[in-house]
Order: sequence, then structure tokens, then C-alpha cells
Amino acid sequence: MPRVNGTARPGNALPDASRRRFLQQGGLAAGGLVLGLALPVRSRPAFAAGAGPGAAAGAPAAINAYVKVAADGIVTLVVPKSEMGQGVYTGYAQVLAEELEVEWERVRVESAPVAAVYNVPFAPIQFTGGSMSISTGFDSLRKAGATARAMLTSAAAARLGVPESELRAERGTLVHAASGRSLGYGEVAAAAARLEPPADVALKPASEWRLIGRSLPRVDSRAKCDGTAIFGLDVRVPGLHYAVIARAPTFGAKLRRYDAAAAKAIPGVVAVVEVPQGVAVVAANTWAARRGRDALVTEWQDGAGARVSSSALAERYAALARKPGVVVASQGDVAAAQAAAARRLEADYAVPFLSHAAMEPLNCVAVPSQDGLDLHVGTQFQTADRDAAARVMGLPPERVRVHTTFLGGGFGRRANPFSDFIVDAVAVAKAVNRPVMTVWTREDDTRGGWYRPLAHARLTAGLGADGRPVAWSYTSVVQPVLIGTPFEAFVDPKTGIDGATHEGASHLAYAVPNTRCDVHQVTDVGVPVQWWRAVGHTYTAFAVEGFVDECAHAAGQDPVAYRLALLDGKPRHLAALKLAAEKAGWGRPLPQGRARGVAVHESFGSVVAEIAEVSLEDGRPRVHRVVAAIDCGTAVNPALVAHQVESAVTYGLSAALGEEITLENGRVQQSNFGDYPVLRLDAMPVVETHIVPSTAPPTGVGEPGTPPIAPAVANALFALTGVRVRRLPLKHATFA
Amino acid sequence: MQINVNGQDYSIDAPADMPLLWALRDLVGLTGTKYGCGMALCGACTVHVDGQPMRSCVMPVSAVTGKKITTIEGVGASPLGKKVQDAWVAEDVPQCGYCQSGQIMSAVALLAEKPQPTDGDIDTAMSGNLCRCGTYNRIRKAIHRAAGG
Repeated sequence: MPRVNGTARPGNALPDASRRRFLQQGGLAAGGLVLGLALPVRSRPAFAAGAGPGAAAGAPAAINAYVKVAADGIVTLVVPKSEMGQGVYTGYAQVLAEELEVEWERVRVESAPVAAVYNVPFAPIQFTGGSMSISTGFDSLRKAGATARAMLTSAAAARLGVPESELRAERGTLVHAASGRSLGYGEVAAAAARLEPPADVALKPASEWRLIGRSLPRVDSRAKCDGTAIFGLDVRVPGLHYAVIARAPTFGAKLRRYDAAAAKAIPGVVAVVEVPQGVAVVAANTWAARRGRDALVTEWQDGAGARVSSSALAERYAALARKPGVVVASQGDVAAAQAAAARRLEADYAVPFLSHAAMEPLNCVAVPSQDGLDLHVGTQFQTADRDAAARVMGLPPERVRVHTTFLGGGFGRRANPFSDFIVDAVAVAKAVNRPVMTVWTREDDTRGGWYRPLAHARLTAGLGADGRPVAWSYTSVVQPVLIGTPFEAFVDPKTGIDGATHEGASHLAYAVPNTRCDVHQVTDVGVPVQWWRAVGHTYTAFAVEGFVDECAHAAGQDPVAYRLALLDGKPRHLAALKLAAEKAGWGRPLPQGRARGVAVHESFGSVVAEIAEVSLEDGRPRVHRVVAAIDCGTAVNPALVAHQVESAVTYGLSAALGEEITLENGRVQQSNFGDYPVLRLDAMPVVETHIVPSTAPPTGVGEPGTPPIAPAVANALFALTGVRVRRLPLKHATFA
Repeated sequence: MQINVNGQDYSIDAPADMPLLWALRDLVGLTGTKYGCGMALCGACTVHVDGQPMRSCVMPVSAVTGKKITTIEGVGASPLGKKVQDAWVAEDVPQCGYCQSGQIMSAVALLAEKPQPTDGDIDTAMSGNLCRCGTYNRIRKAIHRAAGG
């Protein structure tokens, strides 16, 4: 089975000298050879000394480095995506190895450094998110594999003195059938690396795929079961010290003064330093740092953030939702159609701030040296982090190297627009001029902001005499996630409205002739927010799928049949919904006290339908079974697709049932898993995932399973009790 | 202070109130045991102390001198530990993997006590171990697999 390189301890955590040499010298890495691959990516060569995307914007086509072949034939695939549980190391290896014709058992995976060649196709940044790793990499990775195979073939043909056309690549070997001779990849790798990459290579038709489409086991399972997998908190480098930072008690508060005397008296504390993020206690171990922070005296000057109350904010949003916002999508005449409608409905849906609450609290190791700076961190946002770290250190970006570890969960939090959990480590390391790991306690992590925004939606619909909607409006009130960040350029310049405020609501899948979506984008809240698994879809799907359910019931129609009738011309929605309904046994009787609810939603290019089966236990919702159907185009690894849908369902269900961040007087009221309850094993429903057969290009998988679960459960609870829940989390609802 | 971890004695310089978790991670250098909450709320730090599952984040290191500590790095030395780890791999349980050290340690302790656990036994023994990736159903399958194999 393939495994992940660099899991042995402790040497792997050190700056990877051999990798740097490889980058600087253009191909020769210790013990192996690198095949340079010409890919149509606008950037400069990754092999150039100090390669760095920040300096490379707009540079010409690059040679790439996805494939290394060692003399013993071991093939190392370099994955420029962060492994945070979604299985990208496995999926990327499968796609790369497919065209390379290498035995899966000989494949190794390692994480890539930061280089422009690894940037996403649409922006000069290397990051992992948006459920787009497979969809954006699918063609280029196969081409990378095919190009490597072609170069190995050329080298073998020259060595054997036969035409390339007489060689066949199979299982890491080039075979000359006529003479019975063969050469292993490892035997010709050195020669192959010196060849010019072919300008064009043919890719296999799908019918010849041997790896794509198979449920291969994950490459990282063993390391994650024996304690050898290295997460950010597990990095150890010589001279490492641990820092815990006393942070502002409210967002935007300023440090007035501090007294370090008691902190410095704690054995093991070596320094107490002020940094822009607060006051850092630096110690020989994490416990001493934490004790030191407990002893530290700080005084803060509150700012505007100290006035934030989430309940007042929710009321303000509800009032705003009754006023017209900026129209982001419109067709027909909603007002006229409403006036003529046989029946009119309106409803308000509201959701709270949410913490990502990844199991691994935030952390980062910063190692300053004469060579610049090394970062060891589980991050989703390599380029931004590198550049942010460089600014703190006053270094050019190419002198900052990012070593991406495993991520103990990401869910969007580890792609911070300001690299908050990176720059605090860098600031402390700079202040004490030694290697430092900043450790966020669980409380720091919970109270540190960057939440899924609190959101409010007001919807109206007019139904015709046949019960079908003739008019539909959606007013969104929510904080944007991009405005005010370095990524504001991604905001629609025409409206100035952040897409995350209305994605999933502004372009209704259902056939309604008159629709409008308007937005109140609230930018003065003072609570930092960012993307949280599935981003805006998490609130729009709850509202849209709840409200269409209300329409179905108002029309006296079956919720699945009602949706199907409105999805004419949406074959992927229809297929997913029909598949989920069939597998869930929709319409078939359930035991007394149980009911089903449905939701279907498109996000990240995929469509997911979910049917939840619920009951009440002691008056509280209990979800027994969730049947999901996903159309994600080509499923590269069906088992991993199922795992991700199950994961997305769990994440969304946990939030829907009980998660909520609230603030009073600017203070976050939650701190740890005791008051931020997440789903536990004994509340876990059975989850069945079915994949709609498809030969279309792959689309997103990590996130699209999250949006439908909250409305599916709420709709099921309505079917069970007649109580329509329009506010999350469900723990606030009473089911009489 | 001396502690015995995975059959090996370590001499460490730690204050008596340092939680075992930090002694293991920062002093002994065994980082497989994870920090998740620091309050025995999530189970990521679970180790065995004389065979019993304990939350090392709230256990003072002074309380375990003279006892036998087993961590995820050493649990595979026993046939049961190995069997559970193999079942975890066979079911491809981990996603991000961060909680899985604690999950496996709790599962091994459960199976040591109840070689054929029911789903109810699993609910009771494993609901203190949080996972944010939604691997609970495969954890359950892996425990049943380990029990059956």
C-alpha cells in the first residue's frame, strides 16, 4: 500500500534540506530524480532558485514537479494540496498514477512546497478549499503523469535502441515485447529527467482507467493509526519553544498594560513579549507557557467590538430584512406575480455564528534563521501565509518556506484571509529570535473569531392555483467574508456584493417565473467571519429548502413530488433527488413516531439530495438515518466520496442540532466543548451515500454534503410534529 | 521524576501538576497523544494507565509515577492493540486523523473489557471521544471488525 513520506520522527519535522536543494538545483534531489513536466500554468519555473509565486505573477509557462522517481523505482508524487481529512493525498495520487502506469504499491506521497506552479488556475495563490482540488487538478495531473511516462519511455527507448512506439509502460516498467527486454522506471529516471518534455501527450480514454474510479484505500491511514502522522502541533525542531498568547477579550480591544512578573516566575517560562496579537508567554514546554499566561496580568482597552451582542444583532438583521437590499438577481415581475397569486407565503430563517472547532487547535511553528524563515504548519493557505509571514519578518517572500503538515481538520478555518494563526507565531519568533510554536488553547480557538457569520433570510412566495410558485423572493442579511480582506478583488465589481452572501439563493434551481434576490451586506459588525465548510450555502440552503418545503405543504403536495415537478430541465437535481428518494424508501410507511424530510441543493458544482429520518426522544430531535445521493461528475474514488458526504452530513448535522457562538458585551459566551457541544458517536445517524453514475468531469465533494442536512432534518421534524423550525440550532426549538 | 511509557523508563524534569499529556508530548517527545480540549471533554488525549483509559490532559504526571503508561505509539505491541489498529486501517477510519489516537486507545480499552461489545457498549465507551470529520460509523464498524477477527 502506498504510504506518506516523512512520517518518521523526528527528522521529518526539520527543514527539508534535500527538498530545498532539489528546488534550487533544478531536478537532482538526494536519492532520486525529478521529472520536469511542462504544464500550461502561467508561472516561472518552480526549479529556479528561491522559486516563489509571489515573485512570479505573470511569468511564462513553468516546468513542474509532481513526479519523482527514485533509483529503486519508488515513485513519489508531490501533492500541492493540504490533507485535512478529505483524502486529497489519495485522490491526487490516484489521478497522477493513472497515466504514469505505476503500481499503486510503489507510490509515495509528499506535500509540496510553495511554488507558483502549484497555484490554482484562476489566481496566483496556492491553497486548498472550495471543494475544487480534484476538479481543478483532474486534467493537469493526468497530463503530468502522462508526460512523465512519455519521458521515461523516450529514455528507455534510447537505452534499448528501439523505437519508442515498440515500448509499453506497465506497472512501473517499460517493456519491449519483441525482444523480451524491459527497464524499470528507476533505471531510466536519471536519463528521462534530462529530456525535454513532450509538447503534447495523449490521455487515456476513461474506458482504460485502472485507478480512477476505484475505491483505493487512503494513503495516510496507517500513519494516522499508529501515532506517526505529523500534525502542526507535533512538529519538533531543535531549540523549539512554546508560546501561548494572552489575547484581547473582545474583538478590536487594545492592550493597555501588562505585568509579566508573576508569569516570569513560573519555572520554564523564558520570555514574555508583547506582540500585535497580545502578550506572548514563551516557555520550554506548553504547560509552562499556559501556566505563565494564567499568571500574567493584562489590562485591555475595549473598542467597538465590546458592544457586540449577537441577540441584538439578530434583531437588527430581522428588521433589515424587511427593507429592500441590493438586488443581485432578478427575473420577471415579482410584485405583480405576488399580487396575482392565489396564495402568498412569507417566512424568516435565521442561523447563528458558528465556530469551525477543528479537533486540532490552531498552531504554527516559525523558525527564523540566517536562511530566512521556515514555517511548519497545517494550513490551507500556503501562498497567503508565506507572504504574510514575510511581511512580518521584513523578508522577501522567497526566503520564507512553508512546510505543510497534516491538518487536524480545516473546514475553512485554516485558510484565514489575514493568516492570523501564522503571523502570531512569526511575531513571537521574531521577538525572541528563536524557533517558536504558538499553541492556541481550545478556549483561544473557540473565542478567536473568524466564525461562520450569523445570517438572516426573509423569503416570500406566491403560489398559483395549481400550487406551483409563480413568485419568489429572498432577502439576505449577513456579513460578507471577503470585504475588507486581501481577497476583496473576488467581490463582484458590478454590485460590490460578496457572493457568499447569496450563493445558493440567487439562482434558484426550481422553475419559478418571477424571482428576486436582494442583499443587505453588513460590514460594521465587528466580529471577524470567514468561510466555514460550504460557506454561504450553509444558510441559503437552510432557508431555500425549508421554504420550498413550506410551499409544498401549503400546496398540499408531497415534498419530493413537488420538487421534482419544479426541477424540469435540471437533470442532475432530478437524478440525485430521485436516487435519494428511491434508496430512502420515500413514501413507504415508517414506524410510529418517525418521519422523513428532504432537501436538495447544488454547491461547488455538485448536487446533493438528502433524506433524513427523525424521531423525538424526550422531546429532543433524534436523527436515525440519512440517505444522500450526490452527482459529483466522475467519482475518482467512490469510497472517499462516500466518506466525504458522510463527513459533510455529520458536520452540518452537528451544527444544526446544537452549535452556536453567541456574544454579549463583545464577549464570546462559549469556550470549549462543554458549552460548544458537537455531535457525539451516540447521536450519529446511519448515513448511506449513493453516487449518481456520471462520466462528466469531476466536481466538488468535500463541502456539498453539508448544506442539505439542516433543512432535511428541519423538514422531517415538521412532517413529524407540525412545528416548522426556522431558526438554528434546533436545540432552541420546542416540539409540543 | 520517572515515568514508564510503553515499557520504557523516562526521567523527566516536570512540576508535579503538569498534565501527563504535556509530559508525554513536550518532555518525552511522544506526540501521538493529542491535545484537543485540556478539560477531559474530547478524548483526543486518551492513554492507558495500568491498562485503564485515562484522559492525560487532566491527569497530573505525579499521579502516574510507578504506573505503566501506554500510548498510541506503544499500543500496537499487544495483540489486541495491533488488531484494533489493523481494523482501523482496514475500515479506512481516519479522515483528518487527529482524534484517532484517542479513539483507538478508547476502543482497545473497551475491547479488553468486553471482547464482544454491543452497539450500546460502543455508545457508552466511545461517546467521550469527539471526531469532527464524521468517522463515527466507521469507528463502530472497526470495533466490530476487531471484535470479530
